[in-house]
Amino acid sequence: MELKLPPLAETGETLTGAEILIRCLKAEGVEFVFGYPGGAVLHIYDAIFGQKDVRHILVRHEQGAIHAADGYARATGKPGVALVTSGPGVTNAVTGIATAYMDSIPMVILTGQVPTRAIGEDAFQECDTVGITRPCVKHNFLVKDVSQLAITMKKAFHIATTGRPGPVLVDVPKDVSNLTAPFHYPDKIHMRSYNPVVKGHSGQIKKALQLLLDAKRPMIYVGGGAVLGNASEEVTELVRTLEYPCTNTLMGLGAYPATDKRFVGMLGMHGTVEANMAMQTCDVLLAVGARFDDRVIGNPTHFSAGNPTRKIIHIDIDPSSISKRVKVDVPIVGGVKEVLQDMLTQIKAGFSNGARHRPDAESLAAWWSQIAAWRAKDCLKYDRKAAIIKPQMVIEKLYEVTKGEAFITSDVGQHQMWAAQFYKFDKPRRWINSGGLGTMGVGLPYAMGVKLAFPDADVACVTGESSIQMCIQELSTCKQYHLPVKVINLNNRYMGMVRQWQEFFHGNRYSESYMDSLPDFAKLAEAYGHVGMVIDKPGDIEGALREAFAMKDRLVFLDFVTDQSENVFPMVPGGKGISEMILSEEL
Amino acid sequence: MRHILSILVENEAGALSRVAGLFSARGYNIETLTVAPTEDATLSRMTIVTTGSDDVVEQITKQLNKLVDVVKVVDLSEGKHIERELMLVKVRAAGKDREEIKRTADIFRGKIIDVTDKTYTIELTGTTEKLEAFLEALDRASILETVRTGVSGIGRGEWVLKA
Repeated sequence: MELKLPPLAETGETLTGAEILIRCLKAEGVEFVFGYPGGAVLHIYDAIFGQKDVRHILVRHEQGAIHAADGYARATGKPGVALVTSGPGVTNAVTGIATAYMDSIPMVILTGQVPTRAIGEDAFQECDTVGITRPCVKHNFLVKDVSQLAITMKKAFHIATTGRPGPVLVDVPKDVSNLTAPFHYPDKIHMRSYNPVVKGHSGQIKKALQLLLDAKRPMIYVGGGAVLGNASEEVTELVRTLEYPCTNTLMGLGAYPATDKRFVGMLGMHGTVEANMAMQTCDVLLAVGARFDDRVIGNPTHFSAGNPTRKIIHIDIDPSSISKRVKVDVPIVGGVKEVLQDMLTQIKAGFSNGARHRPDAESLAAWWSQIAAWRAKDCLKYDRKAAIIKPQMVIEKLYEVTKGEAFITSDVGQHQMWAAQFYKFDKPRRWINSGGLGTMGVGLPYAMGVKLAFPDADVACVTGESSIQMCIQELSTCKQYHLPVKVINLNNRYMGMVRQWQEFFHGNRYSESYMDSLPDFAKLAEAYGHVGMVIDKPGDIEGALREAFAMKDRLVFLDFVTDQSENVFPMVPGGKGISEMILSEEL
Repeated sequence: MRHILSILVENEAGALSRVAGLFSARGYNIETLTVAPTEDATLSRMTIVTTGSDDVVEQITKQLNKLVDVVKVVDLSEGKHIERELMLVKVRAAGKDREEIKRTADIFRGKIIDVTDKTYTIELTGTTEKLEAFLEALDRASILETVRTGVSGIGRGEWVLKA
């Protein structure tokens, strides 16, 4: 193990484990720690007291701490850091950790543990943290020796932020945080068992380019990996150079600008007709940091058997994402940014010296006119003249009022899909949502993390009356830290997506998807010290949004009373092929 | 298809449960699993026998490689290799059967390592098939207890699995 020592001033000072942890966070440039105190972390909280290097944000529930740190990480690209106590602190955090893990978000989670001598004795607030979290972290550590604390923290940040990112948990027994050791923080670390490949194989890249440039019906499919890998610029340049159609997944929104004409919309279960049809019928598919998951391509057998001659090129930093659900013809393991840069260099060199032919203009024109025909179906249309508020209209107005520049967080359900469909993200890291795990309740804590990172930006949480109640206690945190986010509550008095599935697939039997006795959200927001508004007429949407966003220093909770029966279209039913969409006019 | 995977892992607490947890979480089969430290005390070596289609075994290998504690994964069944398993069998060995059991053990090059008036305990090493054949050759009713280590494997020739 390579162990380089930092400058002398930082070296060798004898510190407690708790102090070491804070020094490590400082060395990593951590701005915020989201957390909640408890018995096993009292020494750490004592070290937090009275120091100014790292700012602690006190949440109201450990789940909120993890989500807020996760939201901070998604918006900034820097690792999110959270601190919770042992036992229930950890179990409350698990939902947040699993959420971050599914979406590959870099995080370091510090957890307190009972003292080393008590481990295994069923001590008060003891749980097997490393065991419970093992399947939902990239890696985890139990530190039993204070002299190993700093190096373990270095490993944790290294693992969390490199390769395919993910949450890493460090479990610190109470005695370890109180014992002392000389503090050395290595600025570099080498682990023989962990060496992610970043550079793509040149032979594979050549093969991929040949296929790509020979394509007659090409398609570029961009996932969350392009956002996480900061490859948005490269994606955009590639698409514009080749003039090929491009789609983004739910997690990839913003990686390619949504307002560009080459963008065919989001694909997947609630993707556009043009994106899904192009995905299914293309002859060469370039997948960039995407994983062909069930909500994106639907039934993998239908996807493959429906177009057996389609060639697939797949760039991903994680080899296990390649050929997992769909057999790939040209796998390229590497960082999407690095691989796309290599591709672009070769394409441009080939174009300029004439060695490589350009894509066939005639075929490409025919392909684009086919896409135009699909586009003409206008699959996202809805009734704009309705007397009750259509949720889609709220998102469209939100887009207009914020000029497309806001950070939008969302919860999970219909409102999430409408936000994804109707807010046109032109930049990466502006769309913050739980894609993989689909965790209701993330929206508000995500917005807190984003607002702390970007205090001058507009931050809106698009949510529903069911999701928001899963972490609504964080309104209190927003008050304490003056986080004036705007909550856009699309209140249809139903668990909308559950209701939609019950309408389509369960004979309109709305089993337990209606929520009675909802709180008066506006009054609730006021009780927490914020501003509440109720909007129930389509004509009032824009004015209310303008008024809310004009209140720069207040959290405004906008409770939109929306159409109860509105559904998300298009829709690919579970288990069906991506081209087997239900459209709004078909019902 | 049966595959035999050799895995070098950091000799750290919890490494085994990370590997075992991966198999159960993703629904992969483990037929046998053996693990022990290697000549390098910081490394343990596991041998896992699993079954699955080529696609599944490819995923298993990739997922194993993704574990931070895993240093190297090799599918021994892709090349020439040797595999051995150790079995201890306690059999009822009384009366006229006693001599016959001794002869059968000799044929399979087994060793009798413990003896009582009524029982033999036999040690046998070999491939899984050989151990199965030995059990077949015994009278089923005479078998009192068996314990097997699971398969260990190593590549043939000069090729060496190193960190």
